[in-house]
Amino acid sequence: MAALEVEGLARHYGEREALSDVSLSLEAARTLVVFGPNGAGKTTLLRVLATLLRPHAGAVRVLGSSLPDEAWAVRGRIGLLAHEPLLYRELTARENLRFHARLHDVAEERVEEVLEAVAISARASEPLRNLSRGMVQRVAVARAVLHDPELLLLDEPYANLDPAAIELVEPLIGAASGRTRVVCSHDPGGGLAEADLVLGLRAGRTVLLRDATAVGPGEIAELYR
Amino acid sequence: MRRTVGALLRKELLVELRTLESVPGMSLFAVTTFVVFHFALNRNSVDGDLASGILWVTLLFAAILGINRLFVADAEEGGFDGFLLAPVDRSAMLVAKVLTLLAYLVVLEIVAVPAFALLLLGPSLGGAMPGLLVTLALGDIGVAVIGTLVAALAVQTRARDLLGPLLALPLLVPIVIGGARATSPLLALSHPTGAPARWLLTLGLYDLVFGLIAYALFDFLLED
Repeated sequence: MAALEVEGLARHYGEREALSDVSLSLEAARTLVVFGPNGAGKTTLLRVLATLLRPHAGAVRVLGSSLPDEAWAVRGRIGLLAHEPLLYRELTARENLRFHARLHDVAEERVEEVLEAVAISARASEPLRNLSRGMVQRVAVARAVLHDPELLLLDEPYANLDPAAIELVEPLIGAASGRTRVVCSHDPGGGLAEADLVLGLRAGRTVLLRDATAVGPGEIAELYR
Repeated sequence: MRRTVGALLRKELLVELRTLESVPGMSLFAVTTFVVFHFALNRNSVDGDLASGILWVTLLFAAILGINRLFVADAEEGGFDGFLLAPVDRSAMLVAKVLTLLAYLVVLEIVAVPAFALLLLGPSLGGAMPGLLVTLALGDIGVAVIGTLVAALAVQTRARDLLGPLLALPLLVPIVIGGARATSPLLALSHPTGAPARWLLTLGLYDLVFGLIAYALFDFLLED
């Protein structure tokens, strides 16, 4: 069964159409990479799939549940890594993750496990406002996978990360994690390398939807012209 | 639900303890207002209706400061979305925010009521204390429920600093009226009596009605 099924999805903000007639299907454990210039609707698509925005038209099924009616059934099975870290700046990394662990009914040992995995344990007792953006992004990765989600929604996940940090988080959010993933990217080379399916958006409309093996970097570059 | 409320409440109090953005501001505002009244009225002491009115209006405006800040930390870094993604009863946030605001109001009153007695009040507070505590408690519950509802609505708009007070004030006026009428006899210089039962009942009913409205509406306010 497909992990994601989207048919004729539309979403608007007031008069402005952010997504229009977007359709796609993604099998479990595969990766969809979404390309498109700023304002193309990538973040809106992720927020709809994350149950944070209601679709205004079309049918959306995530992990077998229809949105928005059955959103409650999938919330705990999704891990979202957004532009904002979804964390509290005044709390420490450990306090933030313990807070999310309680919300997701996850054992506290798991908090230490993910802190260790993103190599932040040594700074885990400092408020996030004292950490660099790259470190905060690593804590955000830890938060996104804390509850071992089946579906990862990643909005430019490697932003602010240095090469060593990218290598560090790869087993958690990369293709090797074995999870179904939707990744928004501006990096044609890196994005194509990890994609099974490619979606190109421009002004909220689908201009490219194809198996990754049939897409070249030139076509991705064309999206941004 | 209890576990979620506990986690949210702990987070709220930790954030406030680290930032000290709400409670100190509310308390300082109340004390400063009493000082201003002290000089503006050109009187050494007040009692009865005037004392009661000054106390409740000051507490109301100080509460508005806390209401305006109630969801700011959640909105700034996307913590609100983090909560919305969790598989929990969303009413837990209503309960946690109401309890947080109640805690802020209790601390505010621990500072403001003695300052009021010291700077402005003529009669002694001793005998009035039990009645005053009951009245303040009923008023605080209403302010906390309405404040949470309004703050949740305002935080999703760009003009939240303006919209919060504009929405809250009309809804909080009946609490000020009920609180002031119930407190007035307690603060009378001659023959102080207990708080009139009908005003306490009015406050209690208002709390109950808005408690039910908040419970029914809060989930919708969290939706986009």
